[in-house]
Amino acid sequence: MQKFLSRYYFVFTAITIAAFCIAFVIPFLAGIYLSFTNFTTVTNASWVGLENYVKAFTTNADFLNALWFTVKFAVVSIISINIISFALALLLTNNYRGTNAFRTVFFMPNLIGGIVLGYIWQLIINGILLHVAGVDLTYSAKYGFWGLVVLTNWQMVGYMMIIYIAGIQNISPDLIEAAEIDGASPRQILFNIKIPQVMPSVTICVFLTLANSFKLFDQNLALTNGAPNRETAMLALDIYNTFYGRMGYEGVGQAKAVIFFILVAAIAFIQLAITRKKEIEN
Amino acid sequence: MKKILLALIPLLVFGLIACSKSSKNQKTVYLLNFKPEVADVYNKIAKAYEAETGVRLRVATAASGTYEQTFKAEAAKSNPPTIFQINGPRGWANAKDYTADLKNTELYSHLSDKSLAISVNGNVYGIPYTIEGYGIIYNDAIVQKYFALPNRATRFNSMDDVNSFAELKALVEDMQRHKNDLGIKGVFAATSLQPGEDWRWQTHLANVPMFYEFRDNNVDLSQPVDKVTFKYSQNFKQIFDLYLNNSTTDPKLLGSKQVSDSMAEFALGEAAMVQNGNWAWSQINGISGNVVKAEDIKFLPIYIGVNGENKQGLCIGTENYFSINSQVSPEDQQLAADFLLWLFSSPTGKKFVTNDLGFITPFDTFSDDEKPTDPLAREVIAWMAKPNIYSVSWVFVVFPSQVFKNDFGAALLSYAQGQKTWDQVKSVFVTEWAVEAAHADQATAAK
Repeated sequence: MQKFLSRYYFVFTAITIAAFCIAFVIPFLAGIYLSFTNFTTVTNASWVGLENYVKAFTTNADFLNALWFTVKFAVVSIISINIISFALALLLTNNYRGTNAFRTVFFMPNLIGGIVLGYIWQLIINGILLHVAGVDLTYSAKYGFWGLVVLTNWQMVGYMMIIYIAGIQNISPDLIEAAEIDGASPRQILFNIKIPQVMPSVTICVFLTLANSFKLFDQNLALTNGAPNRETAMLALDIYNTFYGRMGYEGVGQAKAVIFFILVAAIAFIQLAITRKKEIEN
Repeated sequence: MKKILLALIPLLVFGLIACSKSSKNQKTVYLLNFKPEVADVYNKIAKAYEAETGVRLRVATAASGTYEQTFKAEAAKSNPPTIFQINGPRGWANAKDYTADLKNTELYSHLSDKSLAISVNGNVYGIPYTIEGYGIIYNDAIVQKYFALPNRATRFNSMDDVNSFAELKALVEDMQRHKNDLGIKGVFAATSLQPGEDWRWQTHLANVPMFYEFRDNNVDLSQPVDKVTFKYSQNFKQIFDLYLNNSTTDPKLLGSKQVSDSMAEFALGEAAMVQNGNWAWSQINGISGNVVKAEDIKFLPIYIGVNGENKQGLCIGTENYFSINSQVSPEDQQLAADFLLWLFSSPTGKKFVTNDLGFITPFDTFSDDEKPTDPLAREVIAWMAKPNIYSVSWVFVVFPSQVFKNDFGAALLSYAQGQKTWDQVKSVFVTEWAVEAAHADQATAAK
């Protein structure tokens, strides 16, 4: 059987490889090629070299503004999502009554699509702003920024919480018991045992929140759509607007998308390398 | 085991090929529709057309504001649209790889005013199929109620007396003072300024001052316009202020208002006036609880306070031109031309155009009793027929790009919220125009 598998592995993997090529490799390579061309539809491209990459930065400051906005957003939301979800996970691993119900409730927002969420939160936030300040989300970019932070927190905290719960439940009770016998305070147990022990979960959660924050699109589109005046447009939305907002700029949008990919990939790799180092062998 | 597997693969591959082949044989016209509001009508037309001629009509409709991106995606497929539409000279410049020459088509010979078509160097690339008009739509029932008030401050006896900005302002402001007597929340429906919902101002309202600026400077609109001064910006400001200050809605809250909110306010009788075009009839009529009677819906030109505007009519034009895809086979191009001719000249087709699509067509195949019957379309026709009245043409087709319009719309929103001065708005208009026109020229030249 072993021999059979090693000889005919391509038969078993062929369909998956074909699907992977059709759905990922080919579009990806085509996308990179298109970023060096001037095109209206993907079939009538003409080569222009690096022009699109130059234009991505020189046409206006949109891309850099979007990058800066995205970075600020990513920093704030990574910190807040991970702290809140870890706190919830700690709380819900304490064997309180109704823990399972709470876990389900916190997880549920994750099941709602981004566009719907965006519109729901737009209603809520506009309602509050109207009441408190007499304005709406389009009034200032800071409303849009914090609106997005609240929205993504609400959506992603439950998911990260599940991962942290799994991590915490994996900690050997012996360790905690031993620490308690040695007289460690709950605080010491948290910082010296629980957190080091869940570092693998932290790696995953930080990676997921980082990637999701950078790639955020639906929520951004539905909640603010860049208002006021594209000040709350994140990278993905800016790429979309560049592609469709102005004829002849499809290639520039594509170039921005390639830069975006490189950026996200680089940051994700660096982050993985750093947090992996903190993980301890079980 | 492995024999079964090996036998399965060709079966799968064959199955895929067989699936993609099956629908190839029938003659098909593929129309990419621009107007979501008439998508259902096209489905009825498709049935009728197939019944009469045996040719299948496939219609795809792009969602509002997404026509160009839908076209980009569809045109790249192996069965691209055979009929699509362009929105004017700028639109043509972007799609010129795909537009076939239509000067020998029979439909073009029926176009009553050949200057309406998009023609370049003697070749015709787009045939307009509907004339539209916009202005200030008002509810005559509310206005008559105002005229009957004993303590009103104006002397107008009918809307015919209102034919300049000063008179409009006097009327509107006095109506606003009496809004409780009239049972309305405000004279004008909400000035919808949510991003993507602001085209009535950044495009349509801006058209009026730009029309006068281009007229003063004798600008050739068949060429891209690279620079403007926004000479009549103060006129834009005063009509825009009139909309903002005499409205159902606090200007600070306009950033979350949509066009449909405004139309609903008008339809429910909460507002007496709303700026929009004849296409809005179906929207007004379709709102449940609609209290506006068809005979009460009237149009008033958008007066902005320029000299001689008492002779000004509605803003009349088109941004709807049919083009035939030059990259499909000649047989398919012919099928497409045949369908368009059928739609605008056969008895069945004309019935659909007049009654269901509600188009005011520019073709000589339509007699006078085949004009649309909805009240706003009739008003447009009536205004066009008035002697000594000139129409404001749609010069916004030369506005440089969507980005320009969006930026101007965002500036208008900031102005309404009190965060930008009018001078800043004006400078956004002028500088963004120059920047975006340069981008557009560059993009066109690169092709």
